[in-house]
Amino acid sequence: MSSSDRVSNILMVGVGGQGVLLASEVLSEVMMRAGFDVKKSEVHGMAQRGGSVSTHVRFGPKVYSPLIRKGDADILFSFELLETVRYLDFLKKDARMVVNNQKILPPSVTLGVDEYPEDMPGMLRQHYPACEIVDALDIARRAGNSRALNIAFLGALSKYFAVEENLWNEVITSMLPPKLVDVNVQAFLLGRGGQIG
Amino acid sequence: MKVILSGNEAIARGAYEAGVTVATAYPGTPSTEILENISTYEGMYAAWSPNEKVALEVATGAAIGGARALAAMKHVGVNVAADPLFTASYTGVRGGLVIVTADDPEMHSSQNEQDNRNYAKFAKVPMLEPADSDEAKRFTRLAFELSERFDTPVFIRTTTRISHSKSIVELSEPQKGPVKPGIEKQPAKYVMLPANARRRHPIVEKRMKELEAFAEDFPENRMEIQDTSIGIITSGACYQYAKEAFPTYSFLKLGMVYPLPRKKIREFARQVKKLYAFEELDPFFEEQVRSLGIEITGKEVFPICGEFDPATAERGITGTREGTKQVEILPYLPPRPPTMCPGCPHRGIFYTLNKLNVFVAGDIGCYTLAFLPPLNAMDTCICMGASIGHAMGLDKALGQEALGRVVAVIGDSTFLHSGITGLLDVAYNRGACTIIILDNWTTAMTGRQDHPGTGVTLKGEGTSKVDYVTLAKSLGIRHVKKVNPFNLKTLNTVLRREVNRPEPSVVISDAPCVLYRRAAKGAEKPLLSVESSECIGCRACLKLGCPALEWRKSAPQEGGAKGKKKGEAFINPYLCVGCELCAQLCKKGVIRKKDVQ
Repeated sequence: MSSSDRVSNILMVGVGGQGVLLASEVLSEVMMRAGFDVKKSEVHGMAQRGGSVSTHVRFGPKVYSPLIRKGDADILFSFELLETVRYLDFLKKDARMVVNNQKILPPSVTLGVDEYPEDMPGMLRQHYPACEIVDALDIARRAGNSRALNIAFLGALSKYFAVEENLWNEVITSMLPPKLVDVNVQAFLLGRGGQIG
Repeated sequence: MKVILSGNEAIARGAYEAGVTVATAYPGTPSTEILENISTYEGMYAAWSPNEKVALEVATGAAIGGARALAAMKHVGVNVAADPLFTASYTGVRGGLVIVTADDPEMHSSQNEQDNRNYAKFAKVPMLEPADSDEAKRFTRLAFELSERFDTPVFIRTTTRISHSKSIVELSEPQKGPVKPGIEKQPAKYVMLPANARRRHPIVEKRMKELEAFAEDFPENRMEIQDTSIGIITSGACYQYAKEAFPTYSFLKLGMVYPLPRKKIREFARQVKKLYAFEELDPFFEEQVRSLGIEITGKEVFPICGEFDPATAERGITGTREGTKQVEILPYLPPRPPTMCPGCPHRGIFYTLNKLNVFVAGDIGCYTLAFLPPLNAMDTCICMGASIGHAMGLDKALGQEALGRVVAVIGDSTFLHSGITGLLDVAYNRGACTIIILDNWTTAMTGRQDHPGTGVTLKGEGTSKVDYVTLAKSLGIRHVKKVNPFNLKTLNTVLRREVNRPEPSVVISDAPCVLYRRAAKGAEKPLLSVESSECIGCRACLKLGCPALEWRKSAPQEGGAKGKKKGEAFINPYLCVGCELCAQLCKKGVIRKKDVQ
């Protein structure tokens, strides 16, 4: 048995420009303040936008590797439907899956060479019955700004961790520019399943 | 106080705590954030240099003046800085001099995956390699102490996985270096005439012996003796992977990867039954350990190519890897490579070059993505600045056959980094070459850093600004033309004319990066949309490869009958920025501006 048994492995994936990295920074900071050892590693290609992005977040009493091994992820947190499928081999057998119900077309699809698979939510649910599909864009819009999508979605993920709501709010408040704090805290709470207060 | 920092942020913090007063770099993934973070601390000169050679020379000058100085670069940047490096090793320093090399196993954002540990051996310079952010900070401070104690430049080597991973760091208070900066003449030490250099070389060899002795007792070269059936010699991120996979085996974790502690290695080898070298890229430890007559397993079970992870250790040592299951819920997954942004000023240039069917000698930058379909307009890309030399070489080798068929394309920052000398050669030796400088007013690919052509420093202060037209003319290029890359008709006319000109010529594409904030202010344009009923489905606009343009297939009943269109173009309003290139290509004129809301 390896010492990583008590380490939680969260794989966050999406498309460049969706705010995956910021969401992973908030998660890492929260876990550090909750008293864990934390490592976070991002994998992104050479350009600014549009490419596949993944971030590995690991926390526990002592974390060695900044990368999650294939087959070891406890939760896949996917910002985009198709990207979910690209990383399935990272998942543990009984892994949780939280998926944002958003389609971003890859270049070969916009060019008309490939087709975007139909009914991805249905297909994911069929293979992973515990998969939670979230409409983070809608939540962010209800909170007042579609760009708070990443924090709204993080709200949905936050339910899977035994961390107090206050700590999340505190970290979001400390990490976002002051004028965006309110809308992001609202988006987070809505994503977590609360009501706008 | 504890904070979460990336390896690069931690190196910046380490430099601040070590009392560095001069820090220089040229941006390059994965090293860029080191200087960006250093520039946020007070009391330090932090600057983007035009290239890594200049960065190292400035840092060396500062160290000769007694200051603590740091130069940061990506692995291939050290190739550019190699000339001053090898001789700074002879002269030594006065204030501490630390060179950060950020290597990129797996080539996440690089053209090769060279292992820069070889530079430590080659240039006879000690090298430290941190394994997480806390070590990155501590080792940076240590490197300055070593540099002054042994009178040598010191390398800090990271890999992408250390530079771009975050982990917890304990902050300390800043201190000052022990040397008092000031003018101190020691020409015999710093003027490397052959007579002086001959006297310095034995000093370098003696220093390496002393450093090797130091490495024996260096606490960061750490033996962790547990289960002695297997012992693993490793460093950096690889230590974490192996420790994750085999926490109970014995480890020799090297904080200093050159020179190696030979006695300690022998002692470790004696204590374990089977010895492994677990290292990414070259068999750097493996070969040195084997040269001591010690049996060791390395590259016969671990790959030379690419980045490792804990599974690499498992596969190599036990031959198995538990728990990987492949779930195949889709037979084929469309790839998602990075693309040029909607509204990118490079797109029109490469669309035109594709139409002209020329050989495009390319360079390093976002525009290297022009290699991808549908633009398919890049034919070489080797290193910073090489495009111009390639075009010149093709012209000289092929003569008349190359005329009208070859261009070089180079970004503004890349041109200033190492394209000027190539252009000088074209002018001097009369190459019938066309050089297109893609001036997007920033170093776009690494995240929009300033450079000598932007008129702004790393600290955000206004400064001089290169005038490319005057520069090209003063080098001896008579035909220099600025173009607006969003006007396809003019582009076609200008490029066709210049490519066919039997003389050196320069075309400057002048338009800011679409992500460039200073230019974006107040420049929002009306978005475009396709008048669906009038689109004939000719796909002309799709040849731009703009992410905002989508092909939408017609429903089967519409598309089945002869004469009906198979589909039509659609513009995604969330991605369009209103650059209007597609409207210029629409044969029916049905891509139109929408009203500004």
